[in-house]
Amino acid sequence: MNYSYYPGCTLRNKAKDLDRWARECAEVLGFHLDELNDWQCCGGVYPLGSDEIASKLPSVRALNDAKEHGQDLVAVCSACYHVLKRVNNDMANVPDIQTRANNYMALDEPYKGETKVLHYLEVLRDRVGFDELKKKVVKPLSGRKIGAYYGCLLLRPSGILAFDDPEDPTILEDFIRALGAEPVIYPYRNECCGGYVSLKEPELAGSLCDRIADSAKGFEAECLVTACPLCKYNLSKSGKLPVVYFTELLAEALGIKEDDK
Amino acid sequence: MSKQSELIAEISGVNPLKCMKCGKCSASCPSFNEMDIKPHQFVSYIQRDDIEALTASKSLYKCLSCFACVERCPRGVKPGKLIDAARQLVLRQRGQEYLSPDEVPALLDEETPQQLLMSAFRKYRR
Repeated sequence: MNYSYYPGCTLRNKAKDLDRWARECAEVLGFHLDELNDWQCCGGVYPLGSDEIASKLPSVRALNDAKEHGQDLVAVCSACYHVLKRVNNDMANVPDIQTRANNYMALDEPYKGETKVLHYLEVLRDRVGFDELKKKVVKPLSGRKIGAYYGCLLLRPSGILAFDDPEDPTILEDFIRALGAEPVIYPYRNECCGGYVSLKEPELAGSLCDRIADSAKGFEAECLVTACPLCKYNLSKSGKLPVVYFTELLAEALGIKEDDK
Repeated sequence: MSKQSELIAEISGVNPLKCMKCGKCSASCPSFNEMDIKPHQFVSYIQRDDIEALTASKSLYKCLSCFACVERCPRGVKPGKLIDAARQLVLRQRGQEYLSPDEVPALLDEETPQQLLMSAFRKYRR
């Protein structure tokens, strides 16, 4: 199975591990990530202003490219997934945005939100299946206690993202179980790490991350797992727990990456 | 409604009159303690047409866009979208950006992800 793949700016730079292991694990699991040509940065945040068009165009172009390839569009970064999926919702359901964005694009056939946007974790859950994944694990992460950190961007607003239950998600815990480790449930797993405020107001992000990590530690997590480079950066700065990308754990369990601890 | 209130309603696409003052937004907000005007109060400022106080508020730059208030609002008022629209009113004026490229080098470290810079530029300037 081939998917169109949108890596995003950070996966080409500071989050190379998130990207590399996503691609390599896909081959082991029997699917292929076909990187889009000439993708542009999604902008990192979904433009909330209802009159904003230009800042949505990079996403529209990527979505339309995937449509022209006849493929679903996969993102690994939480922020890219969030932005692509919300812009896609606009293109499908908001006539004003659909018309104005298409005026810029001048496509042979207007884009109307036809592409299905998937997070890599959704591919694992809904296409590969966690039971099948479990069968492919050659180095189970037995005895490891891992806290799933969802943050915001994968879950909210749930009406549009429809990724998992926004208040009691399970996808990362099921993923951790499939790899043979023990998921640690703690109350702050879907609370915000501070996101972009860490640039100008690191103390605010720091206090939020301390609270998240303390909560996970209190329930005996030995590390946190995330899909978001900004969450990883903010949480790592608080320094209370190691933070890894979910693709790193996956690669380790599939036997293609050494545990570097 | 003043011109500015109308603009906020237009940019946010939200009807503040639907608010029933339940306070779930403020109860959910991770930045509550940092805000001078709290999420459940955004609506009142708009209803009273006190946009000047709202746009001068430091809450504009404390909102994390985490969508906890948007998710949990039982009336679809989406305080996070209202405060974003108020921030847009300020940022869309010349010289009112909250982040300038000149200050960026001093804010970087070895690990700063591109995502952080992109997001901050999108949120803090137009």
